[in-house]
Amino acid sequence: MSGIAFPAPDPDILARRARIVAGLRALLPEDAVIDDPVELAPYETDAFTAYRRLPLAVVLPRSTAEVSAVLAHCAREGVPVVPRGAGTSLSGGAIPLEDAVVLGLARMSRLLAIDTADRTARVQAGITNLAITDAVAEHGFFYAPDPSSQLACTLGGNIAMNSGGAHCLKYGVTTNNLLGVTLVTADGTVVELGSEALEPAGLDLVGLVCGGEGQLGVVTEAIVRILPQPEGARPVLLAFPSSEAAGACVAEVIGAGIVPVAIEFMDNPAIRICEAFAKAGYPTEAEAMLIVEVEGSDAEIDAELARITAIARRHGVTTVKESRSATETAQIWKGRKSAFGATGRIADYICMDGTIPTGRLPEVLGRMQEIVQGYGLRVANVFHAGDGNLHPLILYDVNDPGQAARAEAAGADILKLCVEVGGCLTGEHGVGIEKRDLMREQFTEAELAQQWRVRAVFDPRRRLNPGKVFPLDLEPAG
Amino acid sequence: MRLEPASEEAAAEAVQRLARDRLPARIEGGGTRQAIGRAVQTAATLATGGLRGITLYEPAEMVVAARAGTPLRELEAALAAKGQMLPFEPMDHRPLLGAAGEPTVGGIVAGNHSGPRRVKAGACRDALIGVRFVNGRGEVLRSGGRVMKNVTGLDLVKLLCGSWGRLALLTECTFKVLPLPEDSLTLVFEGLDDAAANALLTTALATPFEPSGAAHLPEGVGAGRARTLLRLEGFAASIRYRADRLAAQLAGHGRAERIEGEASRSLWRSIRDVEPLAEPRERAVWRLSLPPRRGAEVVARIRAERDCRVLYDWGGGLVWLATAEAGDAGEAPIRAAARAAGGHATLVRGSLELRARIAAFEPPSAPLRALEEGIRQAFDPLGLFNPGLVHAGS
Repeated sequence: MSGIAFPAPDPDILARRARIVAGLRALLPEDAVIDDPVELAPYETDAFTAYRRLPLAVVLPRSTAEVSAVLAHCAREGVPVVPRGAGTSLSGGAIPLEDAVVLGLARMSRLLAIDTADRTARVQAGITNLAITDAVAEHGFFYAPDPSSQLACTLGGNIAMNSGGAHCLKYGVTTNNLLGVTLVTADGTVVELGSEALEPAGLDLVGLVCGGEGQLGVVTEAIVRILPQPEGARPVLLAFPSSEAAGACVAEVIGAGIVPVAIEFMDNPAIRICEAFAKAGYPTEAEAMLIVEVEGSDAEIDAELARITAIARRHGVTTVKESRSATETAQIWKGRKSAFGATGRIADYICMDGTIPTGRLPEVLGRMQEIVQGYGLRVANVFHAGDGNLHPLILYDVNDPGQAARAEAAGADILKLCVEVGGCLTGEHGVGIEKRDLMREQFTEAELAQQWRVRAVFDPRRRLNPGKVFPLDLEPAG
Repeated sequence: MRLEPASEEAAAEAVQRLARDRLPARIEGGGTRQAIGRAVQTAATLATGGLRGITLYEPAEMVVAARAGTPLRELEAALAAKGQMLPFEPMDHRPLLGAAGEPTVGGIVAGNHSGPRRVKAGACRDALIGVRFVNGRGEVLRSGGRVMKNVTGLDLVKLLCGSWGRLALLTECTFKVLPLPEDSLTLVFEGLDDAAANALLTTALATPFEPSGAAHLPEGVGAGRARTLLRLEGFAASIRYRADRLAAQLAGHGRAERIEGEASRSLWRSIRDVEPLAEPRERAVWRLSLPPRRGAEVVARIRAERDCRVLYDWGGGLVWLATAEAGDAGEAPIRAAARAAGGHATLVRGSLELRARIAAFEPPSAPLRALEEGIRQAFDPLGLFNPGLVHAGS
């Protein structure tokens, strides 16, 4: 694929490469600066692998002071900086530029403090999402946002994209679980935003930085909310003869005052793909399937699942499979959590991330099917039904350039459909480079200019993660 | 001059007119919080009373949108009719400030006003998923939308929530909502001192039983004996089970009494609205936002220098403090103690003279002030909206 344009590298920066790298070496230990092309290769892309660019250099600082020194140096040299966590972005948020320094946070992965009375943890930004939960588990706590890549992805990346996960219906996304950050701005200034208090003084700059896609500054440390583990959690698997029936069931569950921790939806192609891979016992003949998980004591879970299955029966549920053990719970989730990997076994795919009002679900599923078929391709759907965050997987063959381009075009049409019905381009993956050129579908010029001016307060020269989020032809606003 | 546009379009025209004439304006919703902050002297008032009505309500999607001037009462009644509510239990400032008028949706959002349920369900800023607004250039803009998960572009929703009208005129706000709990009950522990109560509350919040309120009324505040309160909300059988488990786990703090029904509801309403500190009227009232476990310790440090009455909410993370207006009304020791604990303080009630004498809002550090000023410029380059309300000269 080559449909997405990159800013042209600045020949003047490329010509000064040796001096720029020497300056970085003067600031950091020997092993923290990479400029050998072979060693740079792992940093040339992220999980949006269709695009790649070899960066000028990679730095791997170990402290906020080192990050500040690197940013100050790059500001003096006029060099763009691309922050990077684990490089799991599906929207190309961490893809480098040839004239940019990649600032990797991987070596800042320590947990600094746990406070169970305040229900907070202080961590460095390069810690993985799951490592936070692992570290606080012995105290009976967990960190709630749980993106599918949680084993690998870093908190810094989660903050940049305001990542979600399967359980955000009850617990919210990253921004709802973030109390403070240490932010280093483009010129190397270190600012502390927020604290262990429940709300910041002044403007909610923590809320602004979260989801800023690395363009407002580099987050080096964070204070996150940790939550007490529930007494128990159990899912029920519900199969339906149509997407409409599954959608109506979700609406009635919520209408009945029940807020499960997760409601996951899979359509027939997704059910078949996941079952073939995970042998989770999914009903492969069903048109639609829900995994609904609730929490609490055994008795509370029993009562809530009974309410949910009673509602499902009114909507023609064909299979009800309640988990009775931890093994069964793991099995039910295994199919869903391996959806992307299982799909990758049978075809290449691109994963879209639009959000729609849940009431428009059956209509949107039908129209998505038409769009993808119109391009001669197939689509499988897995998504967070409680919040309308879709993840259509458009299947194609990477060795057929025609198919790749058609898959990209189908994806763009689907995202335009999401906006048309009142939703948005991205629910949790971020804009990155992937959806950059679609931003005008969702925002007016004045709205983009307003966001641009806010970004410029933090990074007036636009050196942090350039070429992302905003269309390249967006003129700096006066 | 008073401008009261009847539509969003008219609101944009009104702001364009203010910009043309370089006329700064005070933004006014229901007028119930006009006594908070520095007294603003502006030639114009920009009122939202004409921007009224619910524009979207989809109970099955748990989403509601209303124009900024919509009375909160109207929105809450519409939600209650469908068995739902705003999750964050917004505070009504009228009892504390002795104000008349009707709180509006825009006013709640501008101040990020959240009540006791914040410990379980999050703040106003967490429930707010979309806004429409007019910036200082007179442009009608949107951020966020009507879906719960949306990371498209910068999150200006968070920036506007709690901005006290310094960036833009809100015209419409969209919230995610929650079902009304089927039932609620309150566990009451009597006679604890502040430190013991603070410890009890943070312990309770660290259990899986999800209290939706965690407050402490010291002796002589609201009633005779000190009362430490934990609220549980949900399905009837569930909250009884949770109350039993919590009471057993906290038995070391004493035996817990239970309050149910209207008695429980009115108790939490009075905590939400800080009614126990409303009298005597001439006292200044401060609001301290703190790391929850530091609540009692911060109050003890302030008490060493100044006589005060307090009420703890959010497990100790929110302290309301009433003290005499004399001198700086305790500003120096209060700010010092709050800052030392990693928190901050706001004067919520004070006479005009006091608010002219001391800063009501926490003065920001130099780098934060520079960022805030830059953001104000980015929204409102002429400084039209609420100049000087939060900080002098800005």
